[in-house]
Amino acid sequence: MSFTVYVPRDASALSLGAEAVAETIATEAARRGIDVTVVRNGSRGLFWLEPLVEVATPEGRIAYGPVQAEDVAALFEANFLHGGDHALALGPTETIDYLKNQQRLTFARVGIVDPRSLDDYVAHGGYRGLEAALRMSGAEIVQTVTDSGLRGRGGAAFPTGIKWKTCLDAQAVQKYVACNADEGDSGTYADRMIMEGDPFVLIEGMTIAGIAAGATRGYIYLRVEYPHAHHALKEAIAAAEAGGYLGDDVRGSGKAFHLEVRLGGGAYICGEETSMLESLEGKRGQVRVKPPLPAINGLFGKPTVINNVVTFASVPIILDKGAAFYRDYGSGRSRGTLPIQLAGNLKRPGLVERAFGLTLRELIEGYGGGTASGRSVRAVQVGGPLGAYIPASQLDAPIDYEGFAAIGGMLGHGGVVVFDDTVNMAAQARYAMEFCAIESCGKCTPCRIGSTRGVEVIDRLLTSDNAGRQREEVLLRDLCQTMVAGSLCALGGMAPFPVLSALDHFHEDFAGSAETAA
Amino acid sequence: MKRAVAGSSLPDIPESVRVVVLEVTGRLKDLPGALLPVLHGIQDALGYVPEVAVPLIAREMNLSRADVHGVISFYHYFRQQPAGKHVIHLCRAESCQAMGAVTLEKHVKQRLGVDFHETTQDGRYTLEPVYCLGNCACSPAMMVDGELKGRVTPERFDAWLAAEVS
Repeated sequence: MSFTVYVPRDASALSLGAEAVAETIATEAARRGIDVTVVRNGSRGLFWLEPLVEVATPEGRIAYGPVQAEDVAALFEANFLHGGDHALALGPTETIDYLKNQQRLTFARVGIVDPRSLDDYVAHGGYRGLEAALRMSGAEIVQTVTDSGLRGRGGAAFPTGIKWKTCLDAQAVQKYVACNADEGDSGTYADRMIMEGDPFVLIEGMTIAGIAAGATRGYIYLRVEYPHAHHALKEAIAAAEAGGYLGDDVRGSGKAFHLEVRLGGGAYICGEETSMLESLEGKRGQVRVKPPLPAINGLFGKPTVINNVVTFASVPIILDKGAAFYRDYGSGRSRGTLPIQLAGNLKRPGLVERAFGLTLRELIEGYGGGTASGRSVRAVQVGGPLGAYIPASQLDAPIDYEGFAAIGGMLGHGGVVVFDDTVNMAAQARYAMEFCAIESCGKCTPCRIGSTRGVEVIDRLLTSDNAGRQREEVLLRDLCQTMVAGSLCALGGMAPFPVLSALDHFHEDFAGSAETAA
Repeated sequence: MKRAVAGSSLPDIPESVRVVVLEVTGRLKDLPGALLPVLHGIQDALGYVPEVAVPLIAREMNLSRADVHGVISFYHYFRQQPAGKHVIHLCRAESCQAMGAVTLEKHVKQRLGVDFHETTQDGRYTLEPVYCLGNCACSPAMMVDGELKGRVTPERFDAWLAAEVS
């Protein structure tokens, strides 16, 4: 009798010892003369349970976690290959509340399939979206994406179909598709999980974009901090080429689409789309002035569809099941689902894909289980280092693009970082300016100089007496306003948001050390 | 792609560097936007992109030395000096901060006796800051030579270091 055991190769699972677990299971099985196949899947996104080991049984997959290498012998003793009981047993994976109460569309296969197997991808509904797209005209594909209501999941939330239409309508001998996989926002890891756990869905989404817009060449601009995703993508691209899903004649359609991964150089700014294009062209990642829009004048001066990983990965299911299917999820003008990444100080951090409309409180208390430290939540930063800090009193805000804008926040890439009551918000404000100074591309003055001056003003503010503090605060707010209004891109234009929100909601933290002591 | 005129003399560089640069540029320079792949190739082979290699890279890529220098210096990842035997990338970003990264950072610096961008005296470790490793659900995080580690506390860092040295 042979058994199949799943041990994630997801980078986060590896960071907690998954490699040793996989090796020990293989060794222990061999020692006992049991035929066990270890499949290295992606992560289910329940990170407090990683490394999460699953066993395939006739009753479905049974989960155990968090498993360390030293637990493996005991798991064999407990007959885990037949779903036997053990202190780490979690029951059938699909019945774990955290997972059961999700609506996984984009992440439908992540953690389930073998990310290196094209056959497994196809067996789990993969490439049905492309097959549908190949029967449609470019304009019909674009219309389907537009009708689905899909908006860019990278942060700007621009309607994807409209972007694609602009590129489709542009006349050029060469067009490109560029995937922004420079997932640099702290608190975000959805792109990484897709690239490591279901890379073919990204390849399929980009191929559909290429067919739709008439682009024959695509690039994935991947951050260098993601070596595991790099391996997974390279293998998946090679498999897709071998299977006829990439190349000069995609699935016998006569249409070409070639795909290549390019590594970045550790510059946060290259997650800004025009800076990313410069970097792909082999230059310093300096922001371009818009217009012209990249959809008209993008990579190498040619019309280019640019989306992030989650956006492209959401396209195949839309083409497979239709625009209405996707559009039926969500609220208001935010349609479909959003993969939210719970991070920071939480008991149960992980990936939650749900239709828009859930509140922050449901996420943090319901899914996240409150803080890991057991202390009270004081601040939540949503949308990465340029997102505003939201005080605990505003956790009932609904997660959708407009709802968040109403409380001065932005959803961005869907990263939620939770801080407990030990956080010093003046230090967080200072860090926001410091980060902007380190990562500024230097092209525009408000960002390049403003961020450095911002750090200095905050330092002075924190060491001044009462009168000096008021003076410095006026200066800091004025500086923030200049950066917001005068910066060329979102880095300088939004770095003031965490600073201003800290000043507005956590003013007591700026009282200065002298006065706090008194 | 046409080659730049090799009229101006190039400074002498170590043979080992020259061989690597010519191998990498020969393989990659015809890619569209080839400079980043070329620099990655050189750094993968040598561990850094030596300053003395810049004129040769520029000639092979048909770019000015200023272009090449500008790109190398723009990206945090490319280094112009050799690193220690192992490079530790310690995350400084918000999610890790929320889980004690500031304390961890102080501890690591004190333990290794170096600041960021510095190498320990024995040449074993270079410490670099990084702004997110995508391991935010297992904060604080660090990466050593491409190997990711999660939930790193000062105690776990010490245990890891002790195991490395022994």
